[in-house]
Amino acid sequence: MSEQHTPTLPPTPSHTVGPFYGYALPFPDGGEIAPAGHPDTITVHGYVYDGAGEPIPDALLEFWQAAPDGSLTGAPGSLRRDPVTGGYYGRNGVDFTGFGRVPTDADGHYAVRTLPPGGAPYLSVCVFARGLLHHLFTRAYLDEPAGDTLLSGLEPARRETLLARAEADKHRTYRFDIHLQGDKETVFLAFD
Amino acid sequence: MALTQHDIDREVAELQDAYDKARAGGAPAAHHPPRDYAPYRSSALRHPKQPLVAVHGDPETVELSGPAFGNTDVTALDNDLTRQHTGEPLGERITVSGRLLDGRGRPVRGQLVEVWQANASGRYAHQRDDHPAPLDPNFTGVGRVLTGDDGSYSFTTIKPGAYPWRNHTNAWRPAHIHFSLFGDAFTQRLVTQMYFPNDPLFPYDPILRSVTDESARQRLIASYDHDLSQPEFSLGYRWDIVLDGPSATWIEEGR
Ligand SMILES: [Fe+3]
Repeated sequence: MSEQHTPTLPPTPSHTVGPFYGYALPFPDGGEIAPAGHPDTITVHGYVYDGAGEPIPDALLEFWQAAPDGSLTGAPGSLRRDPVTGGYYGRNGVDFTGFGRVPTDADGHYAVRTLPPGGAPYLSVCVFARGLLHHLFTRAYLDEPAGDTLLSGLEPARRETLLARAEADKHRTYRFDIHLQGDKETVFLAFD
Repeated sequence: MALTQHDIDREVAELQDAYDKARAGGAPAAHHPPRDYAPYRSSALRHPKQPLVAVHGDPETVELSGPAFGNTDVTALDNDLTRQHTGEPLGERITVSGRLLDGRGRPVRGQLVEVWQANASGRYAHQRDDHPAPLDPNFTGVGRVLTGDDGSYSFTTIKPGAYPWRNHTNAWRPAHIHFSLFGDAFTQRLVTQMYFPNDPLFPYDPILRSVTDESARQRLIASYDHDLSQPEFSLGYRWDIVLDGPSATWIEEGR
């Protein structure tokens, strides 16, 4: 029997991250994906909003992306731990792990600093929050590639929700807001 | 007017009934909770109303690969939540062990498992938890470990207490441990909660009941495993976790 006919196991159901992950999941330098001081560093930031347009102060965002050379292997060391004190060392300042994790602050704001991905020009974003029973995936496109099948299949107003916009008054900075619900609801993705 | 347990029970029962009828009519099993689940009041403004947009992945699809973790990301004591302070935490010491598998039953190796939980009194070491139960100076309730070559993980901790929350009047969460899991692909990411067998609070909890499929709900409940209990030390619970979602290797194998 070939591999693709192997019976599948039913998955463990998802549950909300709840309100109290804040002392467990975020880690220092979680949003510092770019190696320290790298000249190509960009900042991606924005707000997470609920269906009433209110900012969400207890969302957790994760980012995964290709390295600048387009590779998708990642590297360990996002949350290096200190074996002496049990605390955090921070990233090693050399390796690009491709992974970031940041909670929103009391204003619902987040920011990550990273390197522009090679190949597909987007950061994959996974959204967790109290009240959200199953996480949501979206993408922050840093530019709009010609012939992208996802973007070209969307109406303009919906496509807009996936485009991180360069901010003219800030250095190498992009704005990417996430609306969980409402008129400006972000496009969320399902993978098959 | 304050929302009572009775109000919530009625809503839960209606949604359960609707799901059971749909199943009997041939609808597929729902393995995950719907994001729009009214009895869990916080979900009302935090779920999208548009359908998810399907992405048919190819090997270049970023989400079909995922972050890597390694020895530097954990320390040797991170999976023993009872040894992170100078003294022993209060409560019933337990060992929670199991395997992390993908949807084809293959072990997920070298991936990060993170846990967090309330202490034995049902209080989180989180500033916003104002449940008037004691904090335990010897228990923080955070752990992490990398899975072994067979996908196995193990934690030593204490059994968390039930705790109240403000979804409705007299709302109590059954004892649970929060789990965060990575697979080989970002699509397989999972955050969930593990429960303990025979908890009398199960029927009243809209978060557990948001998983409307009975057999899916059962998969959130660990089993007491006497062989995992350690003499004079801890009681053993076994909980295997199966991740959903495709990965690049599946596509390379031609699905
Ligand atoms: Fe909890």
